[in-house]
Amino acid sequence: MTAPAASSYTASPFVGRTFGVTVTGLNKNFGRTAVLKDINLEVKPGEIFCLMGPSGSGKTVLLKHIAGLERATSGEVRIGEFDAADPETRNKVHLALVFQAGALFNSLSVYDNLALYPREHRQCNEAGIRERVMHALSILSLEKAANKFPSDLSGGMKKRVAIARALVMEPQLLLYDEPTSELDPVMSATLTEIIATLREQTAVTSIVVTHDRDLAFNIADRVAFMMDGRIQGVGTRADFKTPADPVIANFLNPVIDLKNPRFKQLE
Amino acid sequence: MNHLTAILGHIGGTLLLFVRSVKFIGTLPRQRARFIEQCYLIGYTSLPIVTILSFFIGSVLALQSGYSMENFGAKQFIGTLVGLTMARELGPVMVAILIAGRVGSAVTAELASMKVYQEIDALTTMNIPPERMLVLPRLAAILVMMPVLAIIANLCGWYGGALVCQYTHSISVDSESYFTALKTYMKPKDIIDGLVKAEVFGFVIILVCCYIGLNTRGGPREIGASVTKAVVTSLILILVLDYFVTKALLFS
Repeated sequence: MTAPAASSYTASPFVGRTFGVTVTGLNKNFGRTAVLKDINLEVKPGEIFCLMGPSGSGKTVLLKHIAGLERATSGEVRIGEFDAADPETRNKVHLALVFQAGALFNSLSVYDNLALYPREHRQCNEAGIRERVMHALSILSLEKAANKFPSDLSGGMKKRVAIARALVMEPQLLLYDEPTSELDPVMSATLTEIIATLREQTAVTSIVVTHDRDLAFNIADRVAFMMDGRIQGVGTRADFKTPADPVIANFLNPVIDLKNPRFKQLE
Repeated sequence: MNHLTAILGHIGGTLLLFVRSVKFIGTLPRQRARFIEQCYLIGYTSLPIVTILSFFIGSVLALQSGYSMENFGAKQFIGTLVGLTMARELGPVMVAILIAGRVGSAVTAELASMKVYQEIDALTTMNIPPERMLVLPRLAAILVMMPVLAIIANLCGWYGGALVCQYTHSISVDSESYFTALKTYMKPKDIIDGLVKAEVFGFVIILVCCYIGLNTRGGPREIGASVTKAVVTSLILILVLDYFVTKALLFS
């Protein structure tokens, strides 16, 4: 399936550099519960790196540590040579995070949601901001939603606005939390193309937390599997076509057994 | 011991929020739209309730003091009593209580829901400090609006007292005598002290409500809990601070 919108995407000329991410001995406890257990990971600059795993395995918590939104119990995350937990790092690295639920500002219109970043950082005049915002909205077919408020949008539209907001930021490190959840297949394909095209044109490092096998196996340079707060395996797409690990194999190719005795009582 | 540590942690966190917000004071001129919006929300929309309540507080004060003072023939001093009490105490305290209930709750609910629905996290990743965009304009607005509201409360209270004195048969103190007594024994310092108290209360209310809102964790239920906590904490702080600020101002 081809998604027409993505082919029209042209990123602004990228000025600056792209950053890799190094996670060393990362542990995170919430109270007595260990959520991340000795995570060691390296994402190379310009790479599309997918984090897969079942719900509750710690993928989003790991992503939040990379974004500097959580403090580690022990261990560290570095973006290039900078400590991700240091607020100063955000002055040195353009980082964008596409939240699973969008995290749009409910009191602002869609247009103002997108315009907030360039306005606050005084990146260009109002005409320049308008051009950037409308361009980002057009990539995700959201021109007609510019004056709407987030409360008027469906879950999928909110997700697309969140992605458009990340594009306006022209990031050097782009983090996605379940970018294709709640999207229809055509929009999922468009988004898959956008992630790939963006990397091609700007060399931006992309870390994608996803359950979507199509997304991961179409564009990821490498994939990591998380299970119960640990990294179960890291490899290229090819490595996971026929995974040796039975847990990963079961996650990627679950067997649907309609005669499972567990569901007998439902009959 | 854990409780004490938690309280000290909250005090430290609130002070840190203040320091982090003040750091961005230079950005206030370009945040004038947000500042004006907050002045409107804090000041203009609170005006009707401040006017009505302070008018009736002044009226009741005149009624009660007229009834008591008549017994020892001091009715001519009702104006002084109402004037001083409104300016030094009831004006600033009542405005602060109203602001805690009306504005403080709204600020906490807004920031708590932004926190719970990850809008604060989104701001942080966009390198837009919440202290700059959300806290500083509110702090600046309250500092401007609190003295205005306190002056309006004083005036309404004084006029409420004057009306009661004039038209209550058992008191029968005409407005001219009432205002003469009010002017004779009141000094500018009395009004200024009241405005200083209003500033302190307003500042503390907004700071505490912002801190509690921004530190909310959980879901919709915790938003409600944060609002209750913020309003209760603000009310306690207003009355505790009232004692210490009054003492400091009286003996300064």
